[in-house]
Amino acid sequence: MTTKTVSLKIDEHEITAQEGKSILETAIENGIDIPHLCFLAGLTKTGACRLCIVELKGQAKLFASCSTPISDGMEVITNSEKLKAYRKNTIQLLLSERTHVCSVCVANKNCELQALADKLGVEHVAFEREWTSENVDSSHPFLVIDRNRCILCTRCVRVCDEIEGVHALDLKLRGKDSQIIVDFDDSWDKAASCTSCRKCAKVCPVGAIYVEGEPLSETKDTGIADFVLSRRKK
Amino acid sequence: MALLYFIYKNRSVPYSVVQRKALFKAENRRDSEMLKEDNRKVMLEKTIKEHQYQASSLLEILHKTQELYGYINKDLLSFVAESLKLPPSHVYGVAAFYNYFRLKQPGEHVVTTCLGTACYVKGAEEIISAVEKEFKVQRGNTTADGRLSVFITRCIGACAMAPSIVVDDEVIGKATKEIIIERIKLLLEGKKP
Repeated sequence: MTTKTVSLKIDEHEITAQEGKSILETAIENGIDIPHLCFLAGLTKTGACRLCIVELKGQAKLFASCSTPISDGMEVITNSEKLKAYRKNTIQLLLSERTHVCSVCVANKNCELQALADKLGVEHVAFEREWTSENVDSSHPFLVIDRNRCILCTRCVRVCDEIEGVHALDLKLRGKDSQIIVDFDDSWDKAASCTSCRKCAKVCPVGAIYVEGEPLSETKDTGIADFVLSRRKK
Repeated sequence: MALLYFIYKNRSVPYSVVQRKALFKAENRRDSEMLKEDNRKVMLEKTIKEHQYQASSLLEILHKTQELYGYINKDLLSFVAESLKLPPSHVYGVAAFYNYFRLKQPGEHVVTTCLGTACYVKGAEEIISAVEKEFKVQRGNTTADGRLSVFITRCIGACAMAPSIVVDDEVIGKATKEIIIERIKLLLEGKKP
């Protein structure tokens, strides 16, 4: 089987890559950094966080680079002033949606959202913040879900469905009211389909799902999805 | 002698005729209710069969469930998930995504206020606030006696008649709080408006 290759330009780099890949995947392979949050190697792409937006030359609108496939002659701009401003806004919107207080969070200094905010220079949240007060479900023997810190990236939902294969987690409601649920919105200890594999805690970019009494630096393993998937019997 | 008296006192007393009649009635009612429920279950099973247990027919089946029962509780969701071999969280997620599906048993009478743009501008918020205050119930909930539920929805497609309010499946256009409250009071008193 021959795979077609396409050549494209990302910023000033001339790149040749296999057809069918997304812009973000190609950029990561070539060491070009595009900020991203919901994308995780090995999982399907949802384009939920909108942080990986890029400009394509000749196109007026912005594209989510994680879910846009590369094509021949494409010219991608990843870091214009416009994009920087949009990304800063996106981070602020994410922070304003729920109760994100770094100083009391288990994920402090191990948080992808915090790291990105720091990197993109977000010092303040310009929007009115919603201080949600959802119940924290710690009924599971060791897994805890704090929905107040959730950014709805659905990494946990996807890793549960695609890698572990049980689909114990899903989303309920819609928009900013969405919540991660376990089975029929049960408390976690009553969920029959959960296998307690901890993959959801391993991939959570923030401190929404974590293992009780374990430092997040030890729990975190964002490579787990790709590791399992690439070694799975084809 | 004492022992005999004890046995006499604790003998099983046969029911009086009145008691027996009442018991018979109660049992009969229970049977008919169960039969009704079984019928609904049978209908639901039939619908699932018609869709050949296809996972893609989940929405149709949830619609049918709500049509039959008026709401979809956890037992029903669990039954649907089991029949279609779908993950529980997926079924719950779909049912919770759509405003149309009721996951809790609604009250005897249901008032649904449209809060779409047109109705909102025309003062639907005021009407629903007045209803909440009058009948002491919060939107999305049912009164303590289970007689009235107040729900909100986004656009029922009757914008020309804004504000539109649905009272027990009847759409009332160009509604005012007086009309709605009076209508609800009539319904609660058991009179047909």
